[in-house]
Amino acid sequence: MDIKSKVTEIIVEELGVEESEVILDASFIEDLGADSLDTVELIMKFEEEFDIDINDEEAEKLTTVGKAIEYLEKKLK
Amino acid sequence: MLTKEYHAKISGTGMYVPDKILTNYDLEKMVDTSDEWIKSRTGMSERRIASKEQAASDLSYEAAVKAIEAARIKTKEIDMIIVATISPDHPFPSTACILQKKLGLKGFPAFDIAAGCTGWIYAANIAKQYIENGIVSNVLVIGVEILTKLVNWSDRSTCVLFGDGAGATIISRADEKDISRFIDSEISADGTHYDLLIQNAGGSRIPASKESVEGNLHTIYMEGNKIFKHAVKSMYQACEVVLKRNHLDVHSIDWLITHQANMRIINALGKKLNIDEKKVIVNIEKYANTSAATIPIALDEAVRSKKIRHGDLVLMASFGAGLTSGSLLLRM
Repeated sequence: MDIKSKVTEIIVEELGVEESEVILDASFIEDLGADSLDTVELIMKFEEEFDIDINDEEAEKLTTVGKAIEYLEKKLK
Repeated sequence: MLTKEYHAKISGTGMYVPDKILTNYDLEKMVDTSDEWIKSRTGMSERRIASKEQAASDLSYEAAVKAIEAARIKTKEIDMIIVATISPDHPFPSTACILQKKLGLKGFPAFDIAAGCTGWIYAANIAKQYIENGIVSNVLVIGVEILTKLVNWSDRSTCVLFGDGAGATIISRADEKDISRFIDSEISADGTHYDLLIQNAGGSRIPASKESVEGNLHTIYMEGNKIFKHAVKSMYQACEVVLKRNHLDVHSIDWLITHQANMRIINALGKKLNIDEKKVIVNIEKYANTSAATIPIALDEAVRSKKIRHGDLVLMASFGAGLTSGSLLLRM
């Protein structure tokens, strides 16, 4: 499975949203209804699924679906 | 590993919380928050608030009397007191010394441990060493906190999180035949994140001044979102270390008592450990985060309600300011 589909799957599961809502521009908090702890849990899920460490500074920047995918694609290259 | 001359066990527990209850609805009237907001993010419904007159040693004394009674020992048989707290009566002397006086005792070591919310685990770990080496026989170990006197009541993200209370335990030398005993314990710290949870002023870095008071620097500063991840990871690691070291599978654990800081942290840890949620002891809805007191209070409630019984295998885990973390594995 490519990174984009995996990320989408994780977001759908963690935030309980429809796959159609998970578009690149969607902000986790503003568009997908996440609260501040949901975003932390989401980052932790990415770390677990992709077996990587995302430090706090990097994590703070991952506010949208697109930014998360772009970051993970770069990191996992 | 050191050879153990003796074994340590918990011989008695006690707790005390102040009478005054502050609910989420009461908080709605004080700061811009709501019951729904607090509950969904923390799992808390209410917390206890110490009176103006009550200090840490007062709460500790009430809890200690109950633990001494439960342990069926005489007060004078106590030969060490360790108080885990970050809200002591005074910066010095230690609250343990004040408690020693209140109990009418003297002539043995009494000291405080400041390891934030992991304080009681740190203190129990130290008591365990002293018992196992045969130096002492009955250690009074307290976790006590009056954090409602340290919170910034205008910071809605932190003031709703804390409550007051004390939990006491008597840690004693176990008889050779006794199945009750401490099996293992692990404590650690990651000082690189010391500034994520901090009371900035009042020490030698920023002594008390008019500016420090006006700038709210004597109150609790916390970056909760960042701590969340460290909390889950460090507690998971502390649990894994003691389970592996003792060749135990998580399914053999009867009860898990974790620090009660946030229901979502407790859930995330439970999920990561893959433990049955019925085995996870939770009382966060009633008392919120009482820091070093959460585990001994939860333990006392679980023992007195006969949830935890003699012989049960109990795993405890905590994390806190420092950032400290630790675990304790014991047979009750």
